[in-house]
Amino acid sequence: MSANDRRDFDLAIIGAGPAGMAAAAQAASAGLSVLLLDEQARLGGQIYRDIERTSEQRGRILGKDYLAGRALVDDLVKSSITYVPQASVWQADQDGHLCYTVEGLATQTKAHRVLLATGALERPVPIPGWTLPGVMMAGAGQILLKQSGLVAKRAVIAGSGPLIYLIAAQMVRAGNPPLALIETQTAADFWQAQHHLAGALRGWRYLIKGLGLIGELRRAGVKRYRGASDLQAEGQERAEALRFSHRGKQQWLACETIFLHMGVVPNTQLSRAMNLDHYWSAAQHCFHPKTDGWGRSSAAAIFIAGDGAGIAGAKGAELAGRIAALRIAADLGRLDEATMAQSATPLHRELARERAARPFLDRAYPASSQVLAPDDATMVCRCEEVSAGDIRRYAAMGCDGPNQAKAFGRAGMGPCQGRYCGLTVSMLLASVNQRSLDETGYFRIRPPIKPLTLGEIAQLDDPDAGAKEVMDLG
Amino acid sequence: MKTASPFEYLAQPTNLVAVRFDGQTYQLPKGENLAAALLAAGVRSTRENPGSNAPRAAFCMMGACYECRVRIDGASVQACMIQVRDGLVVEKMQPIGGQSYER
Repeated sequence: MSANDRRDFDLAIIGAGPAGMAAAAQAASAGLSVLLLDEQARLGGQIYRDIERTSEQRGRILGKDYLAGRALVDDLVKSSITYVPQASVWQADQDGHLCYTVEGLATQTKAHRVLLATGALERPVPIPGWTLPGVMMAGAGQILLKQSGLVAKRAVIAGSGPLIYLIAAQMVRAGNPPLALIETQTAADFWQAQHHLAGALRGWRYLIKGLGLIGELRRAGVKRYRGASDLQAEGQERAEALRFSHRGKQQWLACETIFLHMGVVPNTQLSRAMNLDHYWSAAQHCFHPKTDGWGRSSAAAIFIAGDGAGIAGAKGAELAGRIAALRIAADLGRLDEATMAQSATPLHRELARERAARPFLDRAYPASSQVLAPDDATMVCRCEEVSAGDIRRYAAMGCDGPNQAKAFGRAGMGPCQGRYCGLTVSMLLASVNQRSLDETGYFRIRPPIKPLTLGEIAQLDDPDAGAKEVMDLG
Repeated sequence: MKTASPFEYLAQPTNLVAVRFDGQTYQLPKGENLAAALLAAGVRSTRENPGSNAPRAAFCMMGACYECRVRIDGASVQACMIQVRDGLVVEKMQPIGGQSYER
């Protein structure tokens, strides 16, 4: 870097969940100037949402893994960093230049290093009727509980994954147990997962926790339908029932809320918009950004930590955040390589343990074939109302990639910018065209990655620094 | 349309303020997440989707899906990213001119 390469911060971190908070505290303790940007009003990310102001009652319902987030917040507030809540980052480049908006006011800044800690999204769960009001992602139900102390009264939870048991148990503790769990994983999935049992045993804490939750649900009398398939949300103006097949029989459960969940996937919106390299993970059925053991992406100045780099959970995210911060401090000459390596060794070891149970869980709780390859009539792109059949038809007409699919029928061009259809569109095209997911690729995500008013662009304070790039937003 | 809410609060909120949504007045907890507060107040749908005019409502609660967008001061915003304040006037999002788009 040249002497006149003026930067506002050593490190800019995007996302104040476990990875971002831990990295910020670690970097600040090494003497780096740190900017922490987060979209929400308060620290915690989704996993520790509203941890700072949770009541005792809410804490008891949500459990001790949630309350563990308090230590991260306490650590962070003691650190000397610049924290900007309600900051929506809409552009970032590989050189460390960022644009973001806070309550309608746009700002730009430049940092020597950028750490993306943007976490996970729930995997899209395209089933018939999933756009009806009253059908929500299960994580949304959990956010309502964490943030607002709201619990659904007559709800079913459908899909697969360990999170389902946690959310169901939290609903039990809150006095409104779910009417039923409709679980899509099968006994065969469970037996195939036994190949990964050794890893699972290394991650035994998660198994014990899972068994504890399942026991809690059994004692509460929550009905579980395992090996369910053909999920369908029914209703006119809103969700009124969930229909599904179970052991060869059609089942129909009246309810007011349907929580869907098929695991979580890295939120790659920003890493895509920054043109970083990604690859398809066959085991997790999603794209991951390429990162090295320190979280460094394909661009030297950009790091990614936490679930955004590959799902490893909250504790794993915290460790990855600390590891990336150490590497960044060494990059910027604030830490010598030997001290960095010494500090990172126990963190790497602990991170490996956190990840150990993951292959078992991925295999035992796979996304169901129904959502990986939805029926033709199922809506895939919620914003633009494009069905799986439409995407297959485009492929038959010669559409070989997701970006062409936009031209064929606007899939991925609505306000969510592909966040809830991108994986499905790529998988459908790859399947019809018999090409790999890496060949098929993903939507090209262009800045601004959040809707922006012309007024916000016009406000950018330093025309010389930002105007050219901002004009190029397309 | 206002109906019995499918959600309930663990503890009844206090400090309610008046918020207009789609022409009706609701008493919502000040500082609460707007999308959550509308759900708790029994508002089932906050917009109609262009194309089919089908009703839509909050879906991800984390600012990613854009299903909960509403109109405030003429701008389209995500209700799940807004906090309730006194006198807030919120409009339901409807396709332009009440018509579905030509496709």
